[in-house]
Amino acid sequence: MNSRTRIRLQAGLVIALLLLAVISACANNATNEGATPSPTDTDSPAETAQLSGQIEIDGSSTVFPIMEAISEEFNKEQPNIKAPIGVSGTGGGFKRFCTGEIAISNASRPIKDEEKTSCQEKGIEFMDLAVAYDGLSVVVSKENDFVDHLKIDELTKIFGSENTAKTWKDVRPEWPAEKILIFSPGADSGTFDYFNEVILDKKGLRSDEAVSLSEDDNTLVQGVAGSKYGIGYFGFAYYEENADKLKIVPIDGGKGPITPSRDTIKDGSYSPLSRPLFIYVNKKEYGRPEVRAFVDFAMDNVPTLAEEVGYIPLPDEKYAEQKAKLK
Amino acid sequence: MNQWTTADDHKRVLMRRRIDFMLRLLFLLCTSIGIVALAVLIVSIVVDGFRYIRPELFLNYPSRRAAQAGMKSAIVGSIYMLLMMAPISFVFGVGAAIYLEEYAKKNRATRFIQLNISTLAGVPSIVYGILGLTIFVRFFALERSLISGTLTMTLLVLPVIIVSAQEAIKAVPKIRRDASFALGADKWQTVSRAVLPSAMPGILTGVILAMSRAIGETAPLVMIGALTYISFLPSSLKDSFSVMPIQIFNWISRPQEEFHSLAAAGIMVLLALLLLMNFSAILLRNKFQKHI
Repeated sequence: MNSRTRIRLQAGLVIALLLLAVISACANNATNEGATPSPTDTDSPAETAQLSGQIEIDGSSTVFPIMEAISEEFNKEQPNIKAPIGVSGTGGGFKRFCTGEIAISNASRPIKDEEKTSCQEKGIEFMDLAVAYDGLSVVVSKENDFVDHLKIDELTKIFGSENTAKTWKDVRPEWPAEKILIFSPGADSGTFDYFNEVILDKKGLRSDEAVSLSEDDNTLVQGVAGSKYGIGYFGFAYYEENADKLKIVPIDGGKGPITPSRDTIKDGSYSPLSRPLFIYVNKKEYGRPEVRAFVDFAMDNVPTLAEEVGYIPLPDEKYAEQKAKLK
Repeated sequence: MNQWTTADDHKRVLMRRRIDFMLRLLFLLCTSIGIVALAVLIVSIVVDGFRYIRPELFLNYPSRRAAQAGMKSAIVGSIYMLLMMAPISFVFGVGAAIYLEEYAKKNRATRFIQLNISTLAGVPSIVYGILGLTIFVRFFALERSLISGTLTMTLLVLPVIIVSAQEAIKAVPKIRRDASFALGADKWQTVSRAVLPSAMPGILTGVILAMSRAIGETAPLVMIGALTYISFLPSSLKDSFSVMPIQIFNWISRPQEEFHSLAAAGIMVLLALLLLMNFSAILLRNKFQKHI
């Protein structure tokens, strides 16, 4: 009985190994077919030549809707190029970008020095292309009737870790002595990174029981809308969609209070809280005709598409500057 | 004297009845919390999402316009994964259960394996994501593909299947085995013709419930890199893929209200699929039970 059991066990093991071998063999064949770009005309422009292949794109969830729109439109022109998009976050995207796994990395902030270093170590050269603006919008509840605008140092006082204002009275003496409730994106998001850099001087958010963090901006919207003495910030699109529930706070960056709007974000007067969104393109990958076609298409069509999904296009001359980087 | 005892008894009975009644209410409340929560969930989802249950949801790829957006690639991805996962996890899971119950000696090593399997059944799913990333994506170089996702999910459901299959096999009366041996059958004949048919309803229920868990999982697949926007169907095992929960999550985190309704519609599809699977588990169980 015992030896028989052993033989059966061994037979089972062999079968299992064979199964694995078959699976991996199938998988290998499949990639070989899929990865080979078809040898179409490379020197004629993308609009005419039908290319094929796959372009790997990953990164920020903020930039995702723009790239989704671009990929969707691009597929109408080039149905054989696959351009799927992942959402690993700005940091996660750069990690994959700097190992050469992906051709394009979506980012809601510029690349950090340590990320640049790790790209250099792997010999990866890249181009950074700004694709649109997003205006970080500071909002309070509709029921809040005292906040008319905020200065940068007041924002720092409310959100910062040093010299923190616990109540609204600490911000301005004429405001009520009610506890401030903070709603902020979590530390992993590019949105927080940007806010941290321009408002908090990289010192990080205050950490006490008045702070609620969420990676989901819709949660932040509900949080602020539901608390009279709450304050929060997130991308402009989330304010625009919920303008009936929230009150936008004009920000005084030194030249008087400016309310974020499509115009003030576009012409740069809503400063410093309007931020550019980027795509980073691997230079070597850009040599592939299908990647080149995609990126060129992206830069030509991003002004209208970005606007459609709720972001603000750069001024025309800025787009010309970005396109000049392509080579 | 007699009078007094009766009155006391009467009071005690009343008291007991009252306690009985209270407990009954309490337990009814416990039961209804679950049902009420489910009802509220379903009603709010149906109200939000019903108008988006339309052919485009099943036939279109994701889109920036909610009016045109569908989840074809996500539905197909989920179903492909299910179709591959089911046979693999059935063979390995039931095989392991048969070995542990019927063949393995009850010694320390077996007990150690048993303990491990039970522990694995409770490990958070994100941990399987990390495991899958290390083993399938990196070590076996299967990349962020359908096959990596499937194998990771197989690992995730295996312990659950093994444990439930073991329970089912354990529940087969010893008499059946004895009868089979008495007729001169050897071990494998006994297992395959006496034990397994009798245990099959329980095993299948376990497998299908485990599959239902897998189809709702997001975390491990995000970890191994399932994609969010994908406008093609996987044509090979190494193609990139998406699954329903990831698509739903993406829609729900959009700023626009229409996408939230779309997400509700996606949840309805996912729930329908889950119900369908549970329903087929019941059907299969009834079918096999009749044959014994």
